[in-house]
Amino acid sequence: MSTTSRITAAALAAAAGMTALSACGTTGGGGGSADAKTVTLVSHDSFNASKSVLAAFEKASGYKVKVLKGGDAGKAVNQAILSKDNPQGDVFFGIDNTLLSRGLKAGIFSPYQAKGLDSVPADLQLDKDAHRVTPLDYGDICVNYDRAYFTQHKIAPPQTFDDLLKPQYKGLLVTENSAASSPGLAFQLGTVAKYGDAGWQDYWKKLKANGVEVVDSWEQAYNERFSGSAAGKGKGDKPLVVSYASSPPAEVMGKNPAPKEAPTGVATGTCFRQIEFGGLLKGAKNEKGGKELLDFLLSKQFQEDMPLQMFVNPARKDAKVPELFTKYGATIDKPTTLAPETISKNLEQWIKQWSSLVLK
Amino acid sequence: MVLARSEVARARLGRPARGTAVRLGLMAVPLAFFALFFAYPVVAIVGRGLKDGGRWQLGRLGAVLSDPDILHVLWFTLWQAAASTGLTLLIALPGAYVFARFDFPGKQLLRAVVAVPFVLPTVVVGSAFLALVGRGGLLDDLWGVRLDTSVWAILLAHVFFNYAVVVRTVGGLWSQLDPRQEEAARVLGAGRFAAWRRVTLPALAPAVAAAALMVFLFTFTSFGVVQILGGPTFSTLEVEIYRQTAEFLDLPTAAVLTLIQFAAVLGLLAVHAWTVRRRESTLRLVDATHTARRPRGGVQWALLWGTLAVIAVLLVLPLAVLVERSFAGPDGYGLVFYRALRSAAAADSTFAVAPLDAVWNSLAYGAAATVIAVLVGGLAAVALTRPQLRTGPSRRTSMAGRFVSGFDALLMLPLGVSAVTVGFGFLITLDKPPLDLRGSWWLVPLAQALVGVPFVVRTMLPVLRAVDGRLREAAAVLGASPWRVWREVDLPMVRRALLIAAGFAFAVSLGEFGATVFIARPDHPTLPVAVARLLGRAGELNYGQAMALSTILMVVCAGALLALERIRTDHSGEF
Repeated sequence: MSTTSRITAAALAAAAGMTALSACGTTGGGGGSADAKTVTLVSHDSFNASKSVLAAFEKASGYKVKVLKGGDAGKAVNQAILSKDNPQGDVFFGIDNTLLSRGLKAGIFSPYQAKGLDSVPADLQLDKDAHRVTPLDYGDICVNYDRAYFTQHKIAPPQTFDDLLKPQYKGLLVTENSAASSPGLAFQLGTVAKYGDAGWQDYWKKLKANGVEVVDSWEQAYNERFSGSAAGKGKGDKPLVVSYASSPPAEVMGKNPAPKEAPTGVATGTCFRQIEFGGLLKGAKNEKGGKELLDFLLSKQFQEDMPLQMFVNPARKDAKVPELFTKYGATIDKPTTLAPETISKNLEQWIKQWSSLVLK
Repeated sequence: MVLARSEVARARLGRPARGTAVRLGLMAVPLAFFALFFAYPVVAIVGRGLKDGGRWQLGRLGAVLSDPDILHVLWFTLWQAAASTGLTLLIALPGAYVFARFDFPGKQLLRAVVAVPFVLPTVVVGSAFLALVGRGGLLDDLWGVRLDTSVWAILLAHVFFNYAVVVRTVGGLWSQLDPRQEEAARVLGAGRFAAWRRVTLPALAPAVAAAALMVFLFTFTSFGVVQILGGPTFSTLEVEIYRQTAEFLDLPTAAVLTLIQFAAVLGLLAVHAWTVRRRESTLRLVDATHTARRPRGGVQWALLWGTLAVIAVLLVLPLAVLVERSFAGPDGYGLVFYRALRSAAAADSTFAVAPLDAVWNSLAYGAAATVIAVLVGGLAAVALTRPQLRTGPSRRTSMAGRFVSGFDALLMLPLGVSAVTVGFGFLITLDKPPLDLRGSWWLVPLAQALVGVPFVVRTMLPVLRAVDGRLREAAAVLGASPWRVWREVDLPMVRRALLIAAGFAFAVSLGEFGATVFIARPDHPTLPVAVARLLGRAGELNYGQAMALSTILMVVCAGALLALERIRTDHSGEF
């Protein structure tokens, strides 16, 4: 037998062994948290926490936390809905107000009133009677601007939706495709909230006439096209972009020495508020652990850890926000928002109307 | 010789049952694999879509099919795939020739480099392409040429991605063709082109067809490239399926679109099977190391330099842009981003991924997926080329023949089915013990292997089918067992193709993103997943780290492929 045939034979044997192994491994019940010592959190890609904070929960509760991520927010919610007869885990984190109604209608959550809910402002509690979901954080989608551009050209940056239609901002804004990107969709929903079902399409016609550009993803809009993102090294050609209110603090992060103000700013009159919720999954194998985990997600410790990990604001009013946020972030007093049921009822139609209006 | 063959035929006719049993035995593993990890999940999710709320939704079929927007998408999908395939063949076939026939310094490295695009996340590649052909890109700066949001950018990016498919699939066979056959034709008076057209081209046809088919399937289901470079106005069926499934959870529409895509792919596979069957022939295969030599004469040198120039501009330049960005720190060139990767890993956050961990995860998933793909694809390819009974009705019309060609096509289907369809299918089917794989480590390599198997089959089949059946028959007459026949006759011929296939499957797994992001365990992020996480955050540091990780991904891929090349050359003497 030549060397190669021996190698091949060995590889085949190894493969057979691995296949057998895989068969064994799965009998242990891979997906759910079959054993009571584990609690499984299902979330989207952006979920993130300090290792030490998670470890503290594990130590205090005696549970091991397993996190499963299922793509972006929409995909993760849809996965939870599809697998509702046999959920992948015990707690879901990260269903926001644009998707909430879909999840509630599908009945994927069990009611549970998490500890500490009385510290959460009432306007975040969108399910305050049934307690199927618990508000955990919020963030705003707003137009960001490149300070350097507007200083250099001696124009004031825009502040409101109406401002964006003015001739001095012609051709300066890049946004994301509503049908493919959640910040893009939130921005569109903001205009619906502001101008109503009757007026939003007219607004977009004017915005299009004023040269708004649409790309498919936030990465492209922010990293490639926005002149204010350091990632693009100033090569981007649009000084206005639809992004997050927390993007300016993120631009400062890691800068040494820290600048006096963030290189980018937020047009506070263009914001749409996204509230993220968590909930106990119906049919959870470790319900008790799930409840404890949900309490922990609303605890001060986790809530204060959130801003720097996920770039969102904590839902608890008594949670301390880091200096990076207070110093470089914007305070949004009157964000636009829409009731989850309204969004759910009209979402598909709005996206279709938007697509044929803006993309064609 | 004639006498010997009829004896063999008689000997085989005496025990047809055993041949069939062996074939079925060989097919059992691939069949089970595809039934369980492909057919079952896809059928389940499509079925759920078509049968919404207990009632069949076949009315949707007509509604979707008569929607002009959908027809427009279908038309664009088809023609851009056809154009991409044509352009890729046009540009890459000379490359396949150069790699197969010429010796030049750095050839192995370059062969590994051209496969690198395959592993890079499309977001990263898209941004590299934009840096060249987009606004303020290199072409824009030099000549004011911008190709973004045009079809040209999409086509060129498709060539970038699929160049290696042609070079590897066609080049693998080409380098084993005996050049003396063409030389003989020339001695007999044929012109250079006539000799090539009559001798080499027919021999290459199955490999070219296989490469064209794979490129077509890849570009037909193109997702990220079309989105990033074409902008939101261009859309493929794949993009529509993704949106309907992942964004709207409109399973009925997604199911109908999946069926349309299925029908298109099946039609294509039928055409392919028909053209290949007519052209397949046994060939005289020789050791690849003896067919390559230094170029001679002006034409050959020009061909070599031309190919190198194309590779430099189309493949190396975009990669170089990424490497450049990974070193371009805020205060000039340096290792800032690489250092940040290291220090971030030590930081107290589940977000940060230690680059070495991600490399290790990628390699482990890739290795497992490659082993599965080579095992499944290899068995399937061997089963498909087992000597047939050649007496009686022609095999094209026999039941067994139909079954075999059907099986052949089935193996290609994963390339034509959307990743989100397979992923959501996994979610609703592989959810019960003993097959609750949703949180399992194995889900990722299994899903990756689905995409790797077609490569293995397509790379091995042309070579296996080219093996002269008389060699096998001679060995059998001399008393060798079927296993021994395979080991002594087929394996040496096919070893090269096997390693090329393994390299391919590995590269595919390394860069695979669609399935990996699906229920990927955050404690085992792969390099592409880690890159995507970083790109999703604002700030120069995150972007720079994404570029640094992409560069590491490139190096890992090229290194792994070089290592495979090394295995190949180490044993070339045995042939």
